[in-house]
Amino acid sequence: MDTAHYHKILRLKMIAMTLFFSLVPLFVLGATIYYQFSEAYRSKMTEDARTLVQNRRNSLELFFNERISQLLTVAHAETLDRMKDETYLAKVFNVMQSRSKSFIDIGVIDEEGNHVAYVGPHHDKLKSVNYAGEPWFHEVWSSGVYISDVFLGFRKIPHFIIAVTTTHGNKTWILRATINSEIIEEIVRQARLGKKGDAFIVNSANILQTSTRFSGAILTRSIGPDYSSVVRTTLEQVDLNGNEYLYACAPTSNPKWVLMVKEDIHEQLTPLLKTRYLEGLVLALGVALVIVGTVLTTRSMTNELMRVQREKAATDDLVMQSSKMAALGKMAAGVAHEINNPLQVISEKAGWMHDLLKDEDVQSSPNFQEFQDCIKKIERQVERCRQITHRMLRFGRRMEPTHEVVDVNHVLKETIAFLANEALHRDIEIEVDFGDDIPRLTTDASQLQQVFLNILDNAIDAVGNFGKIQVRSGVNSSRGSELFVEIVDNGPGMPKEMAKRIFDPFFTTKSPGQGTGLGLSISHSIVEKLGGNIEVDSVQGRGTTFTIRFPTGSLP
Amino acid sequence: MDKIRVLIVDDEEDFVETVVKRLKDRGLDAVGAGGGLEALQLCESREFDVVVLDVKMPRMDGIATLKELKKKSPLTEVIMLTGHGSVDSGVKGLQLGAYNYIMKPTPLDELLKQISQAYERKVIEMERAGSE
Repeated sequence: MDTAHYHKILRLKMIAMTLFFSLVPLFVLGATIYYQFSEAYRSKMTEDARTLVQNRRNSLELFFNERISQLLTVAHAETLDRMKDETYLAKVFNVMQSRSKSFIDIGVIDEEGNHVAYVGPHHDKLKSVNYAGEPWFHEVWSSGVYISDVFLGFRKIPHFIIAVTTTHGNKTWILRATINSEIIEEIVRQARLGKKGDAFIVNSANILQTSTRFSGAILTRSIGPDYSSVVRTTLEQVDLNGNEYLYACAPTSNPKWVLMVKEDIHEQLTPLLKTRYLEGLVLALGVALVIVGTVLTTRSMTNELMRVQREKAATDDLVMQSSKMAALGKMAAGVAHEINNPLQVISEKAGWMHDLLKDEDVQSSPNFQEFQDCIKKIERQVERCRQITHRMLRFGRRMEPTHEVVDVNHVLKETIAFLANEALHRDIEIEVDFGDDIPRLTTDASQLQQVFLNILDNAIDAVGNFGKIQVRSGVNSSRGSELFVEIVDNGPGMPKEMAKRIFDPFFTTKSPGQGTGLGLSISHSIVEKLGGNIEVDSVQGRGTTFTIRFPTGSLP
Repeated sequence: MDKIRVLIVDDEEDFVETVVKRLKDRGLDAVGAGGGLEALQLCESREFDVVVLDVKMPRMDGIATLKELKKKSPLTEVIMLTGHGSVDSGVKGLQLGAYNYIMKPTPLDELLKQISQAYERKVIEMERAGSE
């Protein structure tokens, strides 16, 4: 699995895991809160409906009881003879009306059902009516108090009557009053909630005793479920034509009516639905935030991981390369040492031969000059070998990490000397242009040499036979007194995309097996570690220039 | 002027033999030794002005020989001869009282120059010791 694919899989796994452990609790929490809130809200809505219907029912009963009490008080306080006097009855009626405007008229009925006195707007029609045949007449005799259902009557307006019986001596008579339905309409109306809520009263036959908003006309059968026979406060949810309604019903004791409050559940739950939308929005925002946060955090983490892995790989390569170079240095020193001893012997033997040739006898020999030339050549070759072995010894010493004052020009000269033979064989011209009096660097000469060696080695490979390499050094005062080294080759150059990746580990332009792709990556790491920077500038068909810069501000 | 008395100590017999002959040719009183122990024995039997001492030798190396030599004849000047990659052994020799160190292979002229300078210092040191 390549690194990019591995990091992609890792990133996806991290995102999936983080999202799972973030979103699942978020959803569970959101659902729990919503469920609990919804239950509490529905429970409150039901309780509110129960309280409302009971309060209204109590108001109605209070109203009825007050009216009954008024009538009973008058009936018990007065005699039939006095009440037959319509002038007196009018006075009584005015007193009653002064305390309550709910009475429309009042009448006195004797035992035979004759309407003996009447005060009200329909005197002509009602004065001489006999009620002996009416069902309510018999009921009031039997129960003492009677409240009728609502009816239109002569007046063609909804009203109902309350009648009470009283006995004075041997005379029993009935005091009857007509009550304006508007009062109970008003009590019921107050229980209508929202735009779709309704409240009304039905009698025991489910006939509407008040007007309604949506449940039918007064004195008709109510539309919807029949709760006319309930005996205690009842709440029920009913589905009507796809809409859910809550019916709260409370019966009144006298008359046997039922107050019904109808609420549209959907309408009553509107605040809850708004809360649901709000919660959904907050949840969606939370989810979006978690996703964005997770993706960004994961990307940041994997990028950091990749960076650390790249750095570790580069450091590992550097350590490996350094240890290889150290081993190489030790080997070079060992070889040089072993060669130096025989070289010393050869040198002395040649010197001794040279001494011997000074004898007069030998000087007359015809081959004397030839001998002398040979000895000089041996001495010259010994000197050449000495230079090589001493260079190898110095190289070996420098492979051990050091911190010393370094003459960059000297390091460049030595590096070029290493490669001079190869350059010679391939007819490559190495032109040098070293700046005079460039400041010395406090650095690791061996690592610096390794950088120069890598770049020059690459340049030799790039230019091929008959190529040209220029090595320059100097101080660039325009860039804040930088010491620079330029290695310019006239090879084929490379495209910009390739130049951008030239310092990446394992990037190589050479054929497989020809290069590890680590040389320039390691060189880059070394230069950065030594406090400098390295740049490449390449033009296809014209060549490549590597520039290494070190700030001179901190130099000795 | 007396001949400079030089002892060449190296386990490389061919080198010792040749360099002794060449130094003698150049008017020095040169003697060779194949190792540290042999050199110390020689120093007990006679005095040397300058000892040229190879650093890396079997049994007793140049540094050990130098220490013993300086104990017995502190005024004898010693030049360390090293083919070793590190200059550390040469530097260590200097710390132990050697006059100088030379890297192998070295031309005879260079060796002669170093011997002459070491001898001059020995003479100066002796004069100073005599006057005190």
